[in-house]
Amino acid sequence: MTGHPAAAARFLDDAARAAWHDQSLWFMRQKRDRGSALPEWESLRFAGSALKAHAMSRLADLLEEFERRATANGVVVHWARDAREHNAIVLGILRTAHVTRVSKSKSMLTEECGLNPFLEAQGIEVVDTDLGERIVQLAGEAPSHIVIPAIHWKREEIGALFHRTMGTPAGETSPDALAAAARVHLRDALLHAGAGITGANALVAETGGVVVCTNEGNADLGMHSAPIHIACVGIEKIIATRDDLGVLLRLLARSGTGQPVTAYTTHVTAPRPGAAMHVVLVDNGRTARLADAAMRTALHCIRCGACLNTCPVYRRSGGYSYGTVIQGPIGAILAPAIDLDAHQALPYASTLCGSCVDVCPVRIDIPAQLLAWRARGAAAGRLPRGYGIVFEVLRRVLGTPATFARATRWARRVQRLVPAAWLSGRWNPWTRPGRALPVLADESFREWARRERNQP
Amino acid sequence: MIRVALAVPCYVDQFRPQAARATLALLERLGCDVSLGFDAPCCGQPMFNAGVVEAARDVAAGWLAASGAFDAIVMPSGSCTHHLRHHVPALLAGAASAHAARVTYELCEFIAGPLGRPTLAGHFPHRVAMHLGCHARRGLRLGGATELHQPESGPMHAMLGALDGLTLVPLDRADECCGFGGTFAVGEPDVSVSMGRDKLGDVTGHGAEVLVSSDPSCLLHLDGIARHGRSALRVMHIAELLEEATR
Repeated sequence: MTGHPAAAARFLDDAARAAWHDQSLWFMRQKRDRGSALPEWESLRFAGSALKAHAMSRLADLLEEFERRATANGVVVHWARDAREHNAIVLGILRTAHVTRVSKSKSMLTEECGLNPFLEAQGIEVVDTDLGERIVQLAGEAPSHIVIPAIHWKREEIGALFHRTMGTPAGETSPDALAAAARVHLRDALLHAGAGITGANALVAETGGVVVCTNEGNADLGMHSAPIHIACVGIEKIIATRDDLGVLLRLLARSGTGQPVTAYTTHVTAPRPGAAMHVVLVDNGRTARLADAAMRTALHCIRCGACLNTCPVYRRSGGYSYGTVIQGPIGAILAPAIDLDAHQALPYASTLCGSCVDVCPVRIDIPAQLLAWRARGAAAGRLPRGYGIVFEVLRRVLGTPATFARATRWARRVQRLVPAAWLSGRWNPWTRPGRALPVLADESFREWARRERNQP
Repeated sequence: MIRVALAVPCYVDQFRPQAARATLALLERLGCDVSLGFDAPCCGQPMFNAGVVEAARDVAAGWLAASGAFDAIVMPSGSCTHHLRHHVPALLAGAASAHAARVTYELCEFIAGPLGRPTLAGHFPHRVAMHLGCHARRGLRLGGATELHQPESGPMHAMLGALDGLTLVPLDRADECCGFGGTFAVGEPDVSVSMGRDKLGDVTGHGAEVLVSSDPSCLLHLDGIARHGRSALRVMHIAELLEEATR
């Protein structure tokens, strides 16, 4: 096995840890279920889906409206075709202002563009100020979950990491003590940063404003304590109005963590006196996605993480098993658009149980797109190994009643003659993880019907 | 008398013919005139879910040809019914697929709906855990989804709840997938079996003696894990349980 199945198998090798991971995320799913139990929840989901569809249908107009208003507000708006241009724009802003230390709040877009390693290679120090992000940054890892980056870290392990990197007492595992140490550690980075980079949860066209939600207030500290604020945003984050924002924010917090609203929700429209504010609008494949009618609703994603938390496969395989910046069900339909060869196994990392579409605050039909990616991969000759032969045989066997009857009679003969131990060998993925082979009945239903009911 | 055809999916015919025989006995007991003349092996769902669309179309065409002669078709499988109703009409657009999508029913759905028997009189003195396959639950909406804040419900739930002596065991994660998922079972074998083990742990942890499902494909997988672990759990298709309870 390679790709997701192999990575998932390695994750499951530590059964106790895998069970802990599953339970931690199931807890998040339950919080979401309680937090979203509102009489108007389904209306909100339909409204969220509609406002996103509307924004995507007028993407160019709304982005230009945003640019006009933001520029009038004193914000500098930049356009980046791809990750390379995005990184170059950010570097240019920092170089011009002679900035060498940067604080950065959570932004999946900068992960997508590989901004941190790029800036570090240019001699610029970047400190992630979201606690979870800082944990994985100190450990030299990437986030394993788009909302809870260090969900795979246990508190004892965080204690050991902080002991090594921040000098907390050995064996310290109290969340309060560790958070207090992190606060001191991050305050230093926030106060001495020459620029604060943030992501954005939404861009509002009618205000020219950038909306950032956090529970830690780190984005606000970052953007308000440094002389330069740079918001790095994917163009699909645009929405038309403040009214739309009201719907979106309710959906986002309740779907992500079950909270009625995030602890800090900031709608920033202009730089403060004496400071500068930049917004970098990034395409990086998004307009191509918009042109793809079968797949375009994936652009509606508001990165709440609810589909990760509900996905029984994500919970039991971990974020790293996907090998992508965005993990879980939504990652499995985003990644193939970027590189079908590299990610052709991801659309198969799902049972198509449908929980993701029911939980999605903007009603993205993820299972339909998983199926569509599987079909595209197959059409491009990228079926998982062995599937081609197996399904060609099945097509013939299942084609007519006569071939089906003949083939299944042979299969029963094989079942009788070949030792069960051989059929259940290590080579057989059905039995290897601990699952007995299904047994072909001595008499099929059709044979029984012929004998008992005189069927032809 | 209601005339109905019994359509037996490929893997039920071969691996669980007793579910098909129980479906037949049950429908006849409920006064149906059941035709066994439906002759196509498979609806093509396995190929479709794997992305092998041409093969899925070929096999589904045979199924549609067999469907044309009937006004009502009953299948002891939620996922095959879901495939026919929601995928085949797009795969093979036209009158034949529209007809098949309209007249094909999952067993409990048929008994509660067209037959007008939402509950049956019967006796089954056991502790039973219900597993509704995801295509039946979220695809056909034959049960509640916790994501949508719906209580456990649907025709199978109502029928089980109405049987004398039957105790329906509540599960911690009633609407969590069991991990079968068609080719997923062999493409992602470790995650698949891990999910199945968790489902069985939930079932036996609540003291169930019987696990019942309207989806024989979930049962194929769960039964395999139960047998590997030498579990005493009795795994039944809903047709087998209802047939036994109403004898």
